[in-house]
Amino acid sequence: METTAIKEVDKVVIKFAGDSGDGMQLTGTQFTGTSALLGNDIATFPDYPAEIRAPQGTVAGVSGFQVHIGQAHIHTPGDNPDVLVAMNAAALKANLRDVAKGKTIIIDTDNFKRKDWEKAGFEEDPLESGVLREYHVIEAPMTSLTKTALEGLGLDNKSIVRSKNMFALGMVYWMFSRPLEYTERFLKGKFGKKPEILAGNIKALKAGFNYADTIEAFSSASAVLPADMEPGLYKNVMGNEATAWGFLAAAEKSGKDLFLGSYPITPATDILQELAKHRHFGAKVFQAEDEIAGITSAIGAAFAGDLAITTTSGPGLALKGEALGLAVMTELPLVVVDVQRGGPSTGLPTKTEQSDLMQALYGRNGESPVVVVAAKSPADCFSMAYRAAKIALEHMTPVVLLTDGYVANGSQPWKILKTEDLEEIKPHEADKSMQNWQPYERDTATLARYWAYPGQAGYEHRIGGLEKEDVTGNVSYTPENHEKMTYVREEKVQRIANYIPELEVDGAQEGDLLVVSWGGTYGSLLTSINQCARDNKKVGLAHFNYIKPLPKNTAEVFNKFKKILVAELNQGQLVRYLRGELPQFTYQQFNKTQGLPFRVVELTHAINKTLEEK
Amino acid sequence: MSVETLEYTAKDFSSDQEVKWCPGCGDYAILKAVQKAMPLIGRKREDIVFVSGIGCSSRFPYYMDTFGFHSIHGRAPAIATGVKLANTNLSVWQITGDGDALAIGGNHFIHLIRRNVSINVLLFNNRIYGLTKGQFSPTTNLGQTTKSSPQGTIDNPFNPGELVLGANGHFFARATDTNAKGLTEILVEAEKHQGTSIVEILQNCVIFNKDIFSDYTAKDVKLDNQIHVEHGKPMIFGAESTKGLVLNGFKLEVVTIGENGVTEGDILIHDAHEEDNTLHMMLAKLQMPVVTGIIRSYGDDSFEIRMKRQVEEVEKNSPFKSVNDLLQSGETWEIK
Ligand SMILES: Cc1ncc(C[n+]2csc(CCOP(=O)(O)OP(=O)(O)O)c2C)c(N)n1
Ligand code: SF4
Ligand SMILES: [Mg+2]
Repeated sequence: METTAIKEVDKVVIKFAGDSGDGMQLTGTQFTGTSALLGNDIATFPDYPAEIRAPQGTVAGVSGFQVHIGQAHIHTPGDNPDVLVAMNAAALKANLRDVAKGKTIIIDTDNFKRKDWEKAGFEEDPLESGVLREYHVIEAPMTSLTKTALEGLGLDNKSIVRSKNMFALGMVYWMFSRPLEYTERFLKGKFGKKPEILAGNIKALKAGFNYADTIEAFSSASAVLPADMEPGLYKNVMGNEATAWGFLAAAEKSGKDLFLGSYPITPATDILQELAKHRHFGAKVFQAEDEIAGITSAIGAAFAGDLAITTTSGPGLALKGEALGLAVMTELPLVVVDVQRGGPSTGLPTKTEQSDLMQALYGRNGESPVVVVAAKSPADCFSMAYRAAKIALEHMTPVVLLTDGYVANGSQPWKILKTEDLEEIKPHEADKSMQNWQPYERDTATLARYWAYPGQAGYEHRIGGLEKEDVTGNVSYTPENHEKMTYVREEKVQRIANYIPELEVDGAQEGDLLVVSWGGTYGSLLTSINQCARDNKKVGLAHFNYIKPLPKNTAEVFNKFKKILVAELNQGQLVRYLRGELPQFTYQQFNKTQGLPFRVVELTHAINKTLEEK
Repeated sequence: MSVETLEYTAKDFSSDQEVKWCPGCGDYAILKAVQKAMPLIGRKREDIVFVSGIGCSSRFPYYMDTFGFHSIHGRAPAIATGVKLANTNLSVWQITGDGDALAIGGNHFIHLIRRNVSINVLLFNNRIYGLTKGQFSPTTNLGQTTKSSPQGTIDNPFNPGELVLGANGHFFARATDTNAKGLTEILVEAEKHQGTSIVEILQNCVIFNKDIFSDYTAKDVKLDNQIHVEHGKPMIFGAESTKGLVLNGFKLEVVTIGENGVTEGDILIHDAHEEDNTLHMMLAKLQMPVVTGIIRSYGDDSFEIRMKRQVEEVEKNSPFKSVNDLLQSGETWEIK
């Protein structure tokens, strides 16, 4: 194919793919950082193998990083790459089906020898066989060019080969007219103590940049202008990082110490690791011996007056079930974060899914209501972690916050919030003016009990998992009391609907079709809905951050549309919940369980199909 | 409700709840001994927390007028850890049974000990599941018939002391429900010890495992079949105080002072503070006589002290004074 001339485009999706050891995550984040500083809107998604040391050169060992940059607002990391950087044959094999014909593929030809393409599972040499005929292919012997460029620096072969990701990055920087300063600064910080390695990396970066200039490695799309973003100070945040910060902010605002009890599990571990860095904020980070100890240590900390949280993924939530029931019975504030992944069992640890909703809502013995909320984007993790903590502390209840691998590992620019602009958090504590405080005495509006904890003289009391007598909190087996308490626990959660935002609709406010979704799929759905609006279709999007309780105006919103389509990355969990809660509506569903996010095209297709059906 | 001074009596720690153990259960004596120990530990009532799991023994917190948490089966070590880390000023006590601590909660039990969080654990060992009415437990004698082992158990039992020392426990004591005074003294020492203190209490379940410890505790045999060790004192026992323990090769041996040329000077002196736990392990494992008293009490930093130190260190060195500083750190850019 011929190279097309430089043209400014409003957005472009680039995927860096290579072997796990090729440094693709770093390359991707560098491109992201540079573009963010230029004022582009951004969304990213890393995609790495489940096996830490998958065999080199195989498809199982391919690590990728997709970044979507734009001048317009961007809500997803993009369906399909406009540019694929394939550092070896396996990276090409793993990603080729996602690249549309006519798009650009940059290839390190040094890693496309017979043994390479055989290992990757090609039957013929892909550079010869014609599979790439309809693409715009840029062939560059990046490994050998890097070797030549770095000759004489005194570096060993391994270090030289390792720098080839900088060569690739340099090429892509040239293609999209990005400056090198951001990455140069980063490299100086990282290799400041190893001057030869630093020099090698910078040299490779520049060599790649110059090489692209020499061969005029244009892509079908080039410069991307800054996006039209709201004024303010920005930074790029990852979902898990934002979750951790949301809790730190909630702790500071509520005047509580933060306690995290957690056991490492993909894709939730980053929250534990991020909080472990910030002990100076009074964050007590406790790596427990298992998930059960993670949640029970948090329950102990809640009993003793801390803002207590526990973080995990689906298998861990299953282990926490019994203890979560204890938090329901003892009515203690607690936030459980479940960063969902594909299941059941170990499932797809590094892939995304929304299949823990039923588990969060119902996965416990007894009538065991908890609040369930979900974050809709990487940056939204900050707000939802903060809100989850606020609800737990003000309503004396456990809250499950659902995120997923997609938002947890994805990143996007975030307009930095100031803690003084965040809503107040007032923990529901017993105060000195209360005469004869009793453990299960309640606020008449919220039904929250008043929190008192060890160290407070005059409040000595005993609680536990046995059924509580109303008001006194003593153990009670009375039939009427159990029924009353069962009702009160549910009602307390339902009343939170009076304190959460109403459901908002994107796109058409009434009309033919309401698409309903929740959690991490928001970006894809919004993109699709915006497309519908441009095509003058009467389609709205109701995206749920709050699932239990449902926002008060949910039925009112549903009433304004002729049809309802619930789109989820599972086999239909929110839809089943809605059928139970609001049975007066008819729901259609669109589901996907491939461990992958929705693509905008498949959503648009499903929407059109539903619109057309009689 | 609250007592202004620290001049407590045992009665100040008794709650208004009716005690519901079976008549004659060893738990009553333990409750009394604990209530007696409380005024002696010098802690305010509001700073004392009792955390338990599930079992007959785990009902204990309801009967103490302190803060209390009756939680779920086996998980009390983790709950107690959360309580202690949330407020390191608290005096935290864990009540557990042999099933609660060593079966369902075995993992939490050893990890609590490994970390050395300052929690006093009272392990009520009746060698049976009481609350669920008489199934064998991880400490039931090999071959014993119980409701769930009608042909006799074929599982080897744990010796809790061996497990505690194997998990690098720094404080291990054994007491009996028949010697309330001895138990009270041990509890006061357990509270003084910094780090996890495990006190195994041989407890009589009169309904499902009656008199299982009577070989050690019956009035007519206890002096000959029990040895109460004290740090710095020779390990002498017996109705006439003529028996003692010596080391013969790698084994402990019972000798009689005055026989075969044995003098008092030959008897081992108990060193509970020794870092090397070899001898403590031998004492914990000894079957006849059974060893009571503080077998090991080795001082070292506790988990919460290390945590505090680390927090202070990062506080000193961190560039972030508030969450705003953190949020604004790293690469940022301004959009006008
Ligand atoms: C998750 C769970 N599994 C099982 C039980 C049933 N259960 C309650 S207490 C107990 C054993 C108690 O034995 P032990 O810890 O020795 O206490 P004891 O009653 O002898 O004092 C069992 C199996 C439970 N409450 N929870
Ligand atoms: S069953 Fe045994 S342990 Fe339980 S209360 Fe009765 S005597 Fe005590
Ligand atoms: Mg027992």
